[in-house]
Amino acid sequence: MNPLGWPLKTRLERGIALAALVYVILGPLFLSQNFSQNVLTRTFFMGIVASSLIFLSAYGGMVSLSQTALFGLSGVILGNLSTKGGTGGTSKGLHLGWNPTLSVVVAVVLTTAFALLLGAVSARSAGIYFLMITLTFAVIVTLTLSSVTKISGFSGIGGIDRAAPSWVGPNVNLHEDRLYYIALVAAILVYVLIRYIVRTPFGISLQGIRDDPLRMGSLGYNVALHRTLAFGFGGFIAALAGVLYVWWSGQIAPGNVDLPETINVLIIAVIGGLSRIEGAWVGALAFILMDNYITDATRIPLLGFGGTLFGGRFPTVIGIIFLLIVLVSPGGLMGIWDRGFGAFGIARGFRRPKEASGH
Amino acid sequence: MTAFAAQLRGSVMTRRAIAPGFAAALVVFALLYVLVIAHPPGANGGGDWATTNFGSAIDDPGSFLRIVLDSVTFAGALFIVASGFALIFGLMRVVNMAHGSFYLLGGYIAYEIQQEMAGQGFSLDSSQVNTADWLVPLVVAAVCIAIIGLITQQVFLRWNQGQELRQALITIAISVIIADQIIGHFPRFVSAGTQQFGGNAVDLTWPGWTNRFVNLHVAGVSYSLVRLVMLGLGVAVGVGLWVWLNKTRTGMMIRAGVDDKDMASALGINVQRTFAIAFVVGSALAAMGAVVWGSQAALAQGQDGQWLLNSLVVVVVGGMGSIFGAAAGAILYAFVLNFSGSYLPTTGSDCCTQYSPIFTFVLIALVLAFRPQGLFGRPG
Repeated sequence: MNPLGWPLKTRLERGIALAALVYVILGPLFLSQNFSQNVLTRTFFMGIVASSLIFLSAYGGMVSLSQTALFGLSGVILGNLSTKGGTGGTSKGLHLGWNPTLSVVVAVVLTTAFALLLGAVSARSAGIYFLMITLTFAVIVTLTLSSVTKISGFSGIGGIDRAAPSWVGPNVNLHEDRLYYIALVAAILVYVLIRYIVRTPFGISLQGIRDDPLRMGSLGYNVALHRTLAFGFGGFIAALAGVLYVWWSGQIAPGNVDLPETINVLIIAVIGGLSRIEGAWVGALAFILMDNYITDATRIPLLGFGGTLFGGRFPTVIGIIFLLIVLVSPGGLMGIWDRGFGAFGIARGFRRPKEASGH
Repeated sequence: MTAFAAQLRGSVMTRRAIAPGFAAALVVFALLYVLVIAHPPGANGGGDWATTNFGSAIDDPGSFLRIVLDSVTFAGALFIVASGFALIFGLMRVVNMAHGSFYLLGGYIAYEIQQEMAGQGFSLDSSQVNTADWLVPLVVAAVCIAIIGLITQQVFLRWNQGQELRQALITIAISVIIADQIIGHFPRFVSAGTQQFGGNAVDLTWPGWTNRFVNLHVAGVSYSLVRLVMLGLGVAVGVGLWVWLNKTRTGMMIRAGVDDKDMASALGINVQRTFAIAFVVGSALAAMGAVVWGSQAALAQGQDGQWLLNSLVVVVVGGMGSIFGAAAGAILYAFVLNFSGSYLPTTGSDCCTQYSPIFTFVLIALVLAFRPQGLFGRPG
């Protein structure tokens, strides 16, 4: 465990990770409130959604586009359960006014159960077919939310009481940085949990199924069950992010989880890199920075022509960046990082373990 | 090992026994519900749980027939769009996620041309529109989208052949760009007094001669000729595709290229050209479908996602890359949408609750439970 014995790449990565951790922990002391709450807090929970997508893709070989819908489902359930209504005004939903802890637990449990159902339905499909089926589920969930007026309706639930469970404080907005730290801790826990899960026997056999489902099946592993459970776990992570989102924004509507939003989460995961969990937060930060600072100039000026770039707005820019990433580096930013090491021949321990031991 | 095999067979047998039983029970119940149980609407057009928009088929055969016809004719439009998607997927294993964007862009292009030809206004009166004012926009839009499809395929997809996920991601990126460009540029004409913003809802207009009702002499039903024309177009596209793929030289070359690309190349078939042709035809069908359905309903921002979903559902249900699958998927999906929208109770206090998306999900889940590859799909 001597850090000096690690390969250079690992040392660099862990150093960067440590620096980033110190930066975000101390961040609220010196960062503007706008930056910490609108950029970093958002990065934490969007990274959690993206990490569920990357987990399924990297370790299960399943690119799921349902994660955003599951995220929204958990938010809508929480909104229905915890909002008291009445004084809040005209917001829709059931106004059950449950205890906040119970609401969060039920929202996460129900979403996970629903994810298990979706997983069971789609588990026998793989590859591109799986992507299409999960995209279909995502759009259906959004349409259902917007057309069933009792639980959400098109305009969704607004004015949700942001009453977090008492063990995280009476109200997440009581202190301006409380939600920041909740989201940070959640992101770290999710990261550690995923890293743990993929090392368990379940995680190992899941990776075996990713590489060769036929062989794993004939060895006696239940392929469909593994895929279903992995999908349920992904749903659980997405549900956590949904809770954080509702605490952050105080509302949830089908428009927050519709097809463009689903694609945004996919873009985050692809920009970060579909093969490494860390990419989720790297991609989320990159995307949210662009979202915050490019949107300011609603129309992108076309230099020297007085017009705008194809009349386009933020989505055109993000679409072009996404296209470039997919064309140039399918592994995203993390792929560029990994390949950079490979290209300079200093990827000791990662690609060539024998060399690393001689350090 | 034998015990394991027996266990495996046992579980498969059980699943085979349970799923069809469940499906059959569901279908029987749905039929009974529609035929006998459904209640007519209350006096205020809404009411308690058991109140539906239409009475049961026994009480109200006219409505029943109309909904059946609505389903079949909608399936015609659905088939035109989805067959393009299925063609591209089935032949090239490319999931064209930009199909919905192609649809919407084609619709808006046709709208602009029709406005130029037949006069301007948010919604033209059908008497202003003659057959050419409808056909020319259709052809031009189909050609434009075919060219965009060809560029997409040649520039971005061709050199990524076989990398299915990467190709899907590329088409997603293209769909994001096109969707945003539509908002940036369309529609150029809006009716006087309406504020123009990106992606206004607009209507194409059917030619005047279709604007009448046909008396079917069954249960006193007069039915819109337009929707029957729509069905006719869907059938024509289906027959045309079938003949093209099965009876012409190009079609045979395309199928040979799909089955064994290397062997077909070795025999002197230009496989790349046949793939390009397939992509062109598939994209053009998206635009054609947009003109057909855009003349019936509105084109608006967000329809791209809706029609991508429609194509996906049809193909997931019907099976990948089969013309018959696309037809079966379109009909099933259209029936589920229309019947659950019409015969399910709506609750009085909330005006617009619709349960049809949930039943779309049930349809997909049921089909996938028996056949993960879809009804007519080939395994693998």
